[in-house]
Amino acid sequence: MSRHLLDIKELGADGIVELLRLTDTFTEVATRAIPKVPALVGRTVAQLFFEDSTRTRLSFETAARRLSADVLTFTAKTSSLNKGESLRDTVLTVSAMGVDAFVVRHASAGAPVQIARWLEGDGDGEVVVNAGDGAHAHPTQALLDCYTIRQHRKEIGDRTDGPADQLFEGLRVLIVGDARHSRVCRSNVDALTALGADVTLVGPPTLLPVSTEGWGVSTSTDLDQSLIGADVVYLLRMQLERQREARVPTLAEYTARWGLTTARAQRLDPAALVMAPGPINRGVELSSDAADLPCSVITDQVTNGVATRMAVLFKLLSAGRDVGE
Amino acid sequence: MSVSEVVLLRGGNVIDENGSRRADVLLADGVVGDLGEALEVPGGAMVLEVDGCLVSPGLVDLHAHLREPGDPEAETILTGSRAAALGGYTAVVAMPNTEPAIDNVAVVEQVRHLSRAALCQVEVAAAITVGRAGEHLAPLGELADAGVRLFTDDGSGVQDAGLMRRALEYAAPLGITLAQHCEDARLAAGGHMHEGRWSSELGIPGMPAIAEEAMVARDLALAHLTGARLHLLHLSTAHSVDLVRNAKSLGVNVTCEVTPHHLMLTDEEAASFDPAFKVNPPLRPAADVEALRAALADGTVDAIATDHAPHPPHAKQAPFDQAPPGMLGLETALGVALSVLDMPVDAVLAAFSWKPARIAGLSDHGGRVAPGEPANLCVVDPAATWSVDPNALASPARNTPFAGRKLTGRVRHTIFRGELVVRDGEAQR
Repeated sequence: MSRHLLDIKELGADGIVELLRLTDTFTEVATRAIPKVPALVGRTVAQLFFEDSTRTRLSFETAARRLSADVLTFTAKTSSLNKGESLRDTVLTVSAMGVDAFVVRHASAGAPVQIARWLEGDGDGEVVVNAGDGAHAHPTQALLDCYTIRQHRKEIGDRTDGPADQLFEGLRVLIVGDARHSRVCRSNVDALTALGADVTLVGPPTLLPVSTEGWGVSTSTDLDQSLIGADVVYLLRMQLERQREARVPTLAEYTARWGLTTARAQRLDPAALVMAPGPINRGVELSSDAADLPCSVITDQVTNGVATRMAVLFKLLSAGRDVGE
Repeated sequence: MSVSEVVLLRGGNVIDENGSRRADVLLADGVVGDLGEALEVPGGAMVLEVDGCLVSPGLVDLHAHLREPGDPEAETILTGSRAAALGGYTAVVAMPNTEPAIDNVAVVEQVRHLSRAALCQVEVAAAITVGRAGEHLAPLGELADAGVRLFTDDGSGVQDAGLMRRALEYAAPLGITLAQHCEDARLAAGGHMHEGRWSSELGIPGMPAIAEEAMVARDLALAHLTGARLHLLHLSTAHSVDLVRNAKSLGVNVTCEVTPHHLMLTDEEAASFDPAFKVNPPLRPAADVEALRAALADGTVDAIATDHAPHPPHAKQAPFDQAPPGMLGLETALGVALSVLDMPVDAVLAAFSWKPARIAGLSDHGGRVAPGEPANLCVVDPAATWSVDPNALASPARNTPFAGRKLTGRVRHTIFRGELVVRDGEAQR
C-alpha cells in the first residue's frame, strides 16, 4: 500500500483483504463500553471537504475521534476559497499548521491525486485519503461496501473465509443506475473485480459508461433480466438533474425501468443483498418498501463505514503503534 | 548584434522547396547575399560553422496565442516572439482571442505596435465575429484592407451555420482565409478531455471526437458551396482528416493543420490528472495520432502549427476540470515533430515553413534560400538530442506537456531580417 489512499486500484486484492481484516478489529472496538482506543493520540487529521457531504464527513470524523486523533474540519463554504485562494494554496496553508493526514472530498476528479503530488513537493510528509473526487474514485466507500458484503455472506455461511477471502469469487453483483457519473461505481468495480466478483452495470444507455474497456464488467440495459440470480443489487443514487440533461425522459420512466420497485424486490433471491451508498431517493432508485426489506443492508453500510475508516486511518498513520486497549 | 552584420553559415545543408544541396550561405544587408561551395569569408564577417546542420527558410507558425493585449503573466508579444525565435520561427500568426479580442483595425494596429521589438514577424489574425461572440460579423473588409489575411474565432468555433455561411460568402472576394476551430459546443459541452476509454476510467467528463468532426463536415460543405478559402485549425481525429482528404479530392479550397502535441501524445496522459495535458482539442487515442501522422505524410495535412497557449503557473495548478486548456509549443515543436515523424526531413520542413507561409500569405518567409531573398532562416541540427526543461523556456508560463522528454532535433541559430536573433540555442536579446 502506498503512503496515501487515492484509488482502490493501488491496493490490489491483498491490500483490500488486509484492510477488511483490520476492519474486523475496529468493529470489535465499537462493541466495547468505551468504543475508543488511543492508537492515534497526538496525530492530527485535517478534513478538507470542498463538496457537500454529511455522512462521509461525519463517518471519517467519528473514525478519527475513536482512534483518539485530533480533527480539523474545513469546508469550502467557510474557507477562503471564496476569496480566490487556490486549492494548492489552501492545502499548503493547512500543511504549514502541522497535520498528519488530509481527508479530501472534492467535486473534481483527480483533486486528491494532485494534492498528494503538491504535498510530495512542498508538504511535510502528510498522507492523503481520498474521500470522494468527482466521478473518479471513492475508495473507502468501496471498502465499506466489500466489508458489508463479506459480513453478510459470512453470516449466511455458504462460503468460507479462505486466505484470499474467497467468498467474493463468482459473486453476482449488479450495480444499477448512473454508473457513468459515479465514483462509487468505479471504486466498487475495481474492488469487487479484484476480489473475483462477477459485476454487471445496469442502466439506461445514456448513464452507462461510454467505455468499460479494461473494467472486467458486463453491461446491460435490462434490469429484469439481470436480476435473475443476482447476489447483490447495488443501487446508485439517481441525480435529479439527469432528467434536465435529457439522460432520461422522466424520473418516473427511470424508476419503471431501472428502479428497484417492490415488485422487483420480491423476485430477489432471499439471500440477496440490497445496497445503496446513500443518501437514497425513496421512490426513485428504490421504493420505500425495498429500502426497508430485511435484505436491505443500507444501515449496516453506514455502521461499517466508521470501522472501515478507522482501519484506513490506522493503517496509514499508526506507523508501528498497537491498536491499544 | 546589429541588423547589418555580415554572417557566413559555413558547411551546412541548404534545404528549401527546391530540394537540398551542400552550400555556404552569406547573409548581408538583411538578405541572402551569396550561396555556394567554399565561399570566401568577407572581411569582418561572423562565421558560423554549421556542418551537419540544415539551413532552412525560417519556420512559420499559423497558430500562436501571444496573450497580448490582456494577460502578460502568461505571455507578451516579446516573450512569445523570443520563444518563437528559439524554436526556429521567423514568423508567427497571433491569434485574436486576446483581451480585448482582435476584432477591429484599432486592436490590429495596437498589436502591430507592440510587435515592433519582436524577435520574429508577428502577423495578426483577426476575429470572424465581433468579440468572438459568434453573433455579428467583424468588419472583414476593413480588416482585409488593413492587411489581415487570416480570420478566426479560435478558442471556439462559429457555432451558427448560417452565420458561417455568410462569413465565407462575404470573405471569398476579399481574398482572405477563414480559419475554424472545429468544435460543436453542444456536443462538447462540459468536457475536459477526449471522451473514450480513459475519460471513462478517470471519471473526467469527455468531449467526443464527433464534436470536432461534425463541424469539420459542416464547414467543408459550406466551403464547397461558397468556394471560399477555408483553413481548419488543429485537427485531431482520424475522421477529421478523412473528411479533409475527401474534400480536397472534390476540389474544395481547404487547408488544414495539426499540432505537434497531437502527433506525439495520447489521452492516456490524463491519467496523471496533470493539467499540463489538458488542451483543446483534447489529446486523442493512439489510432488518431497514427492517422494524423499518415495524413501529414500523404499531404492531406498542409501544416504543423503549435497552438502555443501559455497560461500562468497558478492557472494550471488547479483541478483538471478547472484548469484552462492549452500547452506551450513554440520552442519544442520542431524537436517533437522530428522525433516522432517517419518522414523525409524536407517534407517535415515543408509543413513547418513554406506551406504555412503560403497559407498565411507571407511572401518574405518560407521562400527559396537564394541570393536576394530575405534573410529569414533557421539552422537546425537534426541529430542533436536534448531534454525539455520547463524552467528554461522563454515564456513566463511553464505549461509544457513535454517536461523531461528527450527530443531529437534542435534549432541552433535563427536569423530574422538578417539579424542573428538566436545563436547556439541562446536568444540574443
